[in-house]
Amino acid sequence: MTAAAAAIRVRSLHKAYGEHEAVRGIDFDVSPGEVFGLLGPNGAGKTTTVEILEGYRERDSGEVEVLGLDPWRAGPAHRERIGVVLQHSDLPALLTVREVHAMFAGYYAQPRDVDEVIELVGLADKAGAQVKALSGGQKRRLDLGVALIGDPELVFLDEPTTGFDPSARRSAWELVRSLRSLGKTIVLTTHYLDEAQQLADRVAVIREGQVLRIGTPGELIGGTSEVEVRYRKDGHEVVVTTSEPTRLLAELTTAALAEGRELEGLEVRRPTLEDVYLGLVDEEPAE
Amino acid sequence: MSSSHVEGRSARGAGSRGGLGRTLALLAHEVRMQQLLFWRNRESAVFVFVFPPLLFLLLGSVYSDTIDGERAVDVLLVGMLGYGCANTALAGLAISLVVRRESGMLKRLRATPLPAWAYLTAVVLSTLVVFLLQMAVTILLGFLLFDADAPLSWVALVLVLLLGVAAFAGMGFGVASLIRSDEGASAVVNLIVLPMAFLSGSFGSTNDYPEVLQRIAEALPLTYLLRLTKEAYFHGDYLSSDLTAVAVLAAWGAGGYVVAAKRFSWQPREK
Repeated sequence: MTAAAAAIRVRSLHKAYGEHEAVRGIDFDVSPGEVFGLLGPNGAGKTTTVEILEGYRERDSGEVEVLGLDPWRAGPAHRERIGVVLQHSDLPALLTVREVHAMFAGYYAQPRDVDEVIELVGLADKAGAQVKALSGGQKRRLDLGVALIGDPELVFLDEPTTGFDPSARRSAWELVRSLRSLGKTIVLTTHYLDEAQQLADRVAVIREGQVLRIGTPGELIGGTSEVEVRYRKDGHEVVVTTSEPTRLLAELTTAALAEGRELEGLEVRRPTLEDVYLGLVDEEPAE
Repeated sequence: MSSSHVEGRSARGAGSRGGLGRTLALLAHEVRMQQLLFWRNRESAVFVFVFPPLLFLLLGSVYSDTIDGERAVDVLLVGMLGYGCANTALAGLAISLVVRRESGMLKRLRATPLPAWAYLTAVVLSTLVVFLLQMAVTILLGFLLFDADAPLSWVALVLVLLLGVAAFAGMGFGVASLIRSDEGASAVVNLIVLPMAFLSGSFGSTNDYPEVLQRIAEALPLTYLLRLTKEAYFHGDYLSSDLTAVAVLAAWGAGGYVVAAKRFSWQPREK
């Protein structure tokens, strides 16, 4: 498996819409079987990047390979191997869940069993219901079922849980995990940190069309050696960020001992992915 | 799991049906889906399928005697076949394509292995199925209720209407490519089709129309489809006997396909 070629390879990808440069030199690889997260605020270039990978948009420059092919030039046979959940797309409102699955199954040379997929995405009790009668979360499951009907190797999920309530998100996460255990390669865009942290093996943090950081959630957190120290002094909370926590704590405790007072509310905290992300997205200049 | 997955993949390459068989199966599947979508949507099925025969019933009950030297009911029957063709292939097709485009349905389909040409061909074939059924119903109503005459040549009539569907479907693709929003689609399309049907003589003789309206009618494709349909219905003439009309109709259709080739989009027009 180590020698396997990358499922996706992106090098210095650029894409502009008129004056607006949506993607400004993005590089990353996705390995087979990996869940790869593209994380960033709205307008960061996530969807543009994914739509180039899906074959919807032509890049301005750079190299892109998806399962060994240029997605812009790849034909119908290539699309046998990928599954897509778009950010917005309505499936026929008047067809039933089973009919929609059967419709898409007919487009693939060797589709999965319709009822099996409906079961997999948890819509078995809605199989005979019309699409228009489904809730938002159920429609998203339908999108996912339709994306899986062709038994793809690679699945793109563009903001799969945006607008979900917390319990719907958790069950969507379970679904993504079950896809991963089936050996699918998954590319996921999201602006939810917890989602990236929960699901992705590796995450690329994107802002203004560029990759700011890339790595496992653990690496992204570990990449910063800074630690946050909080305590209360004269009724005010003091927050100090330091890369030398030992020295800082020694100084603080020595001073406090000398004055005979307690360091109230003392707390030493490693950053979460959220801190790292917000730090990257808010402060670091993109150029 | 991953090894069985790989085996499944190679079996897919070796075991999948050959090119032509697979292509025909895809087309047949998509025509079935188009039919399912068409008949499931009651409102549009009423508008596209029921409206022309209904108009025929109304007009057939009002007119009697003769129009331009032929029995009124026969002239109205021919007129309604032409209007039905424009209404099904231009209006119905354009509206459903715009709605599917703006809902993201067309975009979603582009991510499947269904080739674009197969989808568009299935749309035309499905439109043809709907129109042929409508034609049968309209003629049958003519026979049963108004004692209409049978066409002199069924083959000539069907050939004319096949050309009509091909040409108006081209205009339908062209119009769908130019319409920006799904909300305005049916208004725009009816603004094209209804006046055209009126000017071209679908609803009766145009001999008493003002000169300027008759001149406009001379440029409209439906005028020529109706001319060809009358020639087939009343005289059993084949397309080859009126190549001028064939050329004008074909030019309109080709114009529609050219516009579509340049402007048709699979993605919603949000950007």
